[in-house]
Amino acid sequence: MADLTESTAREVTFRGGGFQPGHRRGVGLAVFVVLILLAEWGTRSGFISPLTLPRPSDVLLTFQELYQSRMLFKHLVPSVTRLAIGALIGASLGVGIGVLIGLFSLVRAGLVPLVAAIFPIPKIALLPLFVIWFGIDEASKYALIAFGTFTPTVVATYAAVDNVDRVLIRMGQSFGLGWWSIVSKIVVPGAMPGILSGLRISLTIAIILLVAAEMLGAEYGIGAYILQAGSLYDLERLFAGVVILSLLGVAVSAAVAAVERRVLNWRV
Amino acid sequence: MDLKLSSVSHYYGETQVLRDITLDIPSGQIVCIVGPSGCGKSTLLRMLGGLERPTTGRVLQLGDAPENCLNPLTYIFQDFALLPWRTVRGNVGLVLEDHGLSKAERAAIIDDVLARTKLTDFADALPKQLSGGMKQRVAIARALAVNPAVMLMDEPLSALDSQTRELLMDDLVALWTRQPFTAVYVTHNLAEAVRLGHKIVVLSRRPGELREVVSLDMPLAERRHGDPVLEAQQQHLWSLMRDEAAAADAELING
Ligand SMILES: Nc1ncnc2c1ncn2[C@@H]1O[C@H](COP(=O)(O)OP(=O)(O)O)[C@@H](O)[C@H]1O
Ligand SMILES: [Mg+2]
Repeated sequence: MADLTESTAREVTFRGGGFQPGHRRGVGLAVFVVLILLAEWGTRSGFISPLTLPRPSDVLLTFQELYQSRMLFKHLVPSVTRLAIGALIGASLGVGIGVLIGLFSLVRAGLVPLVAAIFPIPKIALLPLFVIWFGIDEASKYALIAFGTFTPTVVATYAAVDNVDRVLIRMGQSFGLGWWSIVSKIVVPGAMPGILSGLRISLTIAIILLVAAEMLGAEYGIGAYILQAGSLYDLERLFAGVVILSLLGVAVSAAVAAVERRVLNWRV
Repeated sequence: MDLKLSSVSHYYGETQVLRDITLDIPSGQIVCIVGPSGCGKSTLLRMLGGLERPTTGRVLQLGDAPENCLNPLTYIFQDFALLPWRTVRGNVGLVLEDHGLSKAERAAIIDDVLARTKLTDFADALPKQLSGGMKQRVAIARALAVNPAVMLMDEPLSALDSQTRELLMDDLVALWTRQPFTAVYVTHNLAEAVRLGHKIVVLSRRPGELREVVSLDMPLAERRHGDPVLEAQQQHLWSLMRDEAAAADAELING
């Protein structure tokens, strides 16, 4: 302990890094760009045969054509309408019933097993049933999308209600707030983070089901478009359709993120 | 409005937590309850607030709450219990919304209590932007807004650092001096007890029994940190509690 000078001093080794997901702008985009460039280079050089993968620039041309012939909107508008109506019905029912399950043990005891039983059913398998019940028109498509959004929303919602800080509920009771006030001002806002992250998942499922529904008996819609292209092995159009779906997914996810930023600005 | 506990005992399952407590809470005074951890202080407070029923004995309310009192028995929680999605104003407003008050009446009450707790400048801040001491001031403002007959405070300053605690004690004294309120103040901090208590109730370790009730006559406004009379009282309380606290501590370790 005698010779403690600067010359014998060493830096304390830093070991506190990592495990802190931060924002890295543009990396996601770069991955896309690299993959697309690879495909472009591969198809041009003949390394990837045109039967395996369409050339990205051709897909872009098809897309442009689709846009210029105004067919894009003819397919997109009914799809987005179906998605919006179906998901709205499914998500609102899901949130409503999820909150009831979270609040009442009787409802919980009655419905949780039922939800668990219908959750793993591939909803697509039920499409013929919905066609019989609701007809071949729009209603059966709404029903399928609604049903598919419903189950994950219910599960996410009641888990979120379970996680609301009980101290806040006791606080409400101790101030003599009414039942409805406690539910609408404490329970539901407190469950909002969980509900919104559940919504991310259910809306993605809704897009998958939208395509499935449109593959069966729809004249217009992204699903119908993809089905037509697929049956003709028209890979350019198939991929153009798939790109639209991906963009739809990104748009939905961005919309949820925007809602989260607005509604959950209170989160630390 | 006075509160009275009349030979209250309480069990959780087989375990007795409170034994034969008889206690008066006179209006206009702050009654501090001290005792080792686990002796049933919070349980006692929940009974006073009507959130729990004693196994035997009675919790009585003597006289009616004042006319304009919206929530006679009002809690202040150790961990503040603020809604994180509401601003300071919104948190105070929450407890006024179910009482049929007009918007203007509510705004007037909110402005008044925020001014009394020196929070006017922070009315639009969210809880995440506030320090612990500020959060507890918001909770105090919220409690004052319903004009309680009795405030039930369960270790309200325990989550705060000691400097903040001093400041908040001064605030509480100032509030009480301007407009005396009735409070039951649970704490394990004897310094808080001698600063704020008109009456200090010492409970034994579990099952909590009344060991002693100390009355302090010195006006709250004259009590200072480090005052010799208060120091002596604090010493006295500590001598009452030390063996109990040690025993309670050992009990917890032994399970
Ligand atoms: N709801 C409950 N069920 C069972 N035991 C409880 C419950 N609440 C408190 N207890 C027990 O009762 C005793 C007194 O608790 P509490 O009133 O919180 O003590 P204090 O606030 O004085 O620390 C403790 O031993 C605690 O474990
Ligand atoms: Mg306690």
